[in-house]
Amino acid sequence: MSSHAHGGHSAHGAMAAPQGFIRKYIFSVDHKVIGIQYFLLALTAVLIGIVLSVLMRFHLVWPNVHLPFVSGGQMTQEQYLALVTMHGTIMVFFVLTTAPQGGFGNYFLPIQIGAPDMAFPRLNMLSFWVTFLAFVAILAAFFVPGGAPISGWTGYTPLSGLGEITGPGEGWGQTMWITSISLFCLASLLGALNFIATTIDMRAPGMGLFRMPLTVWGWFVTAILGLLAFGVLLAGGILLLLDRSAGTSFFLPAGLVVNDQIQNHAGGSPLLWQHLFWFFGHPEVYIAILPGMGVASHVLSTFARKPVFGYRAMAMAICAIGFLGFMVWGHHMFVSGMSPYSGFAFSVLTMSIGVPSAIKTFNWLGTLWGGKIQFKTPMLFAIGFVSLFVSGGLSGLFLAQPAVDNLLHATYYVVAHFHLVMGVAAIFGIFAATYFWFPKMFGRMMNEPLGKLHFWFTFVGAYCIFMPMHWVGIAGGIRRYADASAVAYLQKLQPIHQFITIAAFITAAAQIFFLINFFYSLKSGPKASKNPWDATTLEWITDSPPPHDNFAGNYPSVYRGPYEFSVPGVKEDYILQSLKPQEVDRVKE
Amino acid sequence: MRNTNQMVIRSRKRESGSAATAGLLALLQVIMVCVTVYVFAANLYSAPDAITSVGRAVDEQYKLTLYVTATVFILSQLGLAYAVYRFRDHGQKAHFSRGNNTMEFVWTTATIVLFLGLGILGRRAWAEVRFTPPAADAIHVEVTENQFVFNFRYPGPDGIFGKLDPKQISASTGNPLGIDSHDPAGKDDIVVPTLTVPVNHQVELMIGSQDVIHNFFVRELRLQQDAVPGLIVPIHFTPEKIGQYEIVCTQLCGLGHSRMHSYLNVVSDADYDAFLKSGGQ
Amino acid sequence: MPGIVTDEIELIHTDKGGGGGSSSGGDDGGGGGEFGGSGSVPQRTYITGMTVGLGGILMFFMALVSAYIVRKDIPNSGWHSLAVPRILWLNTAILIASSFTLVRARKLLRAHDEQGFRHWWSVTTILGIFFLAGQVIAWRQLAAAGLFLSTNPSSSFFYVFTAAHGVHLLGGVLALTWIMFRPLHRLTRGTATEVAAMYWHFMDGLWVFLFLLFLQGR
Repeated sequence: MSSHAHGGHSAHGAMAAPQGFIRKYIFSVDHKVIGIQYFLLALTAVLIGIVLSVLMRFHLVWPNVHLPFVSGGQMTQEQYLALVTMHGTIMVFFVLTTAPQGGFGNYFLPIQIGAPDMAFPRLNMLSFWVTFLAFVAILAAFFVPGGAPISGWTGYTPLSGLGEITGPGEGWGQTMWITSISLFCLASLLGALNFIATTIDMRAPGMGLFRMPLTVWGWFVTAILGLLAFGVLLAGGILLLLDRSAGTSFFLPAGLVVNDQIQNHAGGSPLLWQHLFWFFGHPEVYIAILPGMGVASHVLSTFARKPVFGYRAMAMAICAIGFLGFMVWGHHMFVSGMSPYSGFAFSVLTMSIGVPSAIKTFNWLGTLWGGKIQFKTPMLFAIGFVSLFVSGGLSGLFLAQPAVDNLLHATYYVVAHFHLVMGVAAIFGIFAATYFWFPKMFGRMMNEPLGKLHFWFTFVGAYCIFMPMHWVGIAGGIRRYADASAVAYLQKLQPIHQFITIAAFITAAAQIFFLINFFYSLKSGPKASKNPWDATTLEWITDSPPPHDNFAGNYPSVYRGPYEFSVPGVKEDYILQSLKPQEVDRVKE
Repeated sequence: MRNTNQMVIRSRKRESGSAATAGLLALLQVIMVCVTVYVFAANLYSAPDAITSVGRAVDEQYKLTLYVTATVFILSQLGLAYAVYRFRDHGQKAHFSRGNNTMEFVWTTATIVLFLGLGILGRRAWAEVRFTPPAADAIHVEVTENQFVFNFRYPGPDGIFGKLDPKQISASTGNPLGIDSHDPAGKDDIVVPTLTVPVNHQVELMIGSQDVIHNFFVRELRLQQDAVPGLIVPIHFTPEKIGQYEIVCTQLCGLGHSRMHSYLNVVSDADYDAFLKSGGQ
Repeated sequence: MPGIVTDEIELIHTDKGGGGGSSSGGDDGGGGGEFGGSGSVPQRTYITGMTVGLGGILMFFMALVSAYIVRKDIPNSGWHSLAVPRILWLNTAILIASSFTLVRARKLLRAHDEQGFRHWWSVTTILGIFFLAGQVIAWRQLAAAGLFLSTNPSSSFFYVFTAAHGVHLLGGVLALTWIMFRPLHRLTRGTATEVAAMYWHFMDGLWVFLFLLFLQGR
């Protein structure tokens, strides 16, 4: 079956497995190990991010309560803003850009296309360790003099460009932020290169583009977005660093006066930072969601025992979202001082991107329709993904119109929107992927009842936290406000803030079900078979967990599409992609 | 597992409790839809009434968007709830289908028409402020924001704004904007921390900042604009109702961000004249 | 592939301060160009990887270029166009020449003329080093004229562009040097030299583009 060419391939595994703890688990070039490393990094990051958000929610509702671990006993305005900044930065970069792509993409892209590893395994390892360095750098921001930066994950200049004089944390803290983000850009560019080359060149025989699982489509298009977007952020970051430390003025105009002191800069444009940042920043949010969309399609199909409804449309919708995603960045800048005519153009393009998203939603419903739905935990999270994506996506339609944005910009409405799509839907994509692929990755099954409990709490909790935020925003609740003490009309919104905070506490606490399930099952879960879900794609033909070279030397060829479920005239209700046509067990209809 | 004499597809072992799970999920979806629709429809949380005609145009556009999104929201979320319950595994076969090109075409077209239509309809409310120059008799007020105060400058009786010199900025001695003491036109300029305007008159604000990016937002105007150092951005509005309205800064500007606010005072013509005459009291 | 062939070396580029890296060279020991379930990396993958990597690098520079163009064209904004140091003309000629010598070297490699290949490959590398030295001289000339990184926007852009390009070209010089010391039998497949050439010609073309941009901005 597999042609063993010259060069040291033996019958038992085409690649010699590494020996020794360091080579196996620390500096490994095995994409599976690297995938798990990314996943664990993201898991650490999300726990930190959740703690930060719980502190934020606490402060919003009980700003005057004595906090023993805070110097001075009460959280200050700048400490709140540092929480805001770090929560956003850590979650967007080190969770949402890391777990779906670096974690699951790394682990399963090669296997789902029948390859032994990524195209460039050592580059892969380098990508992870640079990401790890970036993570250390961002955490260091908490501990440097002045503390963490307060300019938000968006780091608008001149607030972020002048150093300590604009506020606490804007000295060393902001520098660590830029350093971390720049390292992250480098790592992501290298990773994107790997994903793209692997997908283009290393697919199994018979796997044409339209036989790739939608998860692979998701990772592939995401990698292209990353390749084209992260370089722009890197450029912006370098220019910002120069403005702060080398006296340049890329983003700083003349005549800045801070604390009655004229700043010695001239000729720069604060809007230039916004353009560079959002040119990256908008594709970035599609980087966060597209892998989840791929997983949702994949899991919905598997547990409804039906092919994905409109597979080709789904694949092309992923491409359309990716493409259009580069053309809409100005919708973050409607009231920024940018030309209002550009604003309107961006608005029309942004409304258009709702179209492929809507197509995907209808096709997900179509996949479920007429199905035979089994409510395993991965499926619950995939269904939850659809519900949350619809809710979050629709609120985007308001924000996409500049006239309406006049009312809603920088309010909690925006916070509701992006949390529903990113902070919940994308997270649900990660959970669905975890519960789905845990058996394959670790050779053990997770606990179903605990998984379901985790789902119910998180699904209800997420809606209780973020749906009310729309109403806070419509009523004029402004984002990034440390407290409501100064503005009279904000007092009326405190009760709903309290509701949100309680919901947040409960939902955060409920994640313990996941953590217990995850770590307990790692050690003591029932052993998993090769294909516990009776799924069709290539990862399910190999052992759980897969051997070092993924297929023990027997690399598959592909004979059909990835979602052949309940095919009429076939005995089983699923057909593996790699099953030869003559070996498919057919029955007379 | 049911044994039939026609084993076309091996049916999976029925998920015990799947009706409960499906039912609960569907129920939660329905509750979520009902609560959401109710709170939006009953306007339990809303912006205060708009006080300009453009503001009302924004509200019209918002309402239109709400109807469209509500329709899609209700249909898809309830559709999801229904599908999840109706097609739960109770021993049936799944219906094999790769899709339906006609449906793809129909819902794609419908979505394009709906979403792009919404976007284009929304042009008017945006254009009336942003594409339209101010009226000839608009009252001009300079808005200069800095950490963490609003400054409003009126040109005074001579109608001319005095030149500004950053070197003369001194908030402590009452010259936060740095009005050039050598420029006679600046002697009668009025600089105040709140914005007072006469009702039913167009006001043009020229919005800028001295240090970092701030923002000027009044809910009742349905209008906000970032204050960007190095830029002067004009916006105009015509308030139609006397009253006092909160001005807030919505762009993160440093540790005083949530404490930075001011007031828009819409007053009668007589009160406005008195305000100007008294030099801003 | 990791672990298959013990003496397999995979070159990894990491460019300091620049955009994406590139992976070039290295044999994979087996499987050749065909990926028919043999479990190895086909040679064309390195070409794909380099192409993709160059795309990432291109976006990095295009971000800087668009920032430059927009900044330059703002009216009444204190933009003083920069007099391009004269040595830049020489540097550009050197870099263009190095692309030609690179092509020559590869032709000789295909003709199995090892000595000729190594001679012209070295010439290319040395021309690259001369280019970088020339860029440093250009900086010195600017500094002598009182133009530093923070002097004015156009000087800032000039230093940033030349530094970013220079860092990437230095990476290229290191790659060329590394290939110089490879035994011939490791180069006969031509992949390492091909991806190195792609990178080099790209950096050459990018420099010509930047140079024209500076000239146009005078």
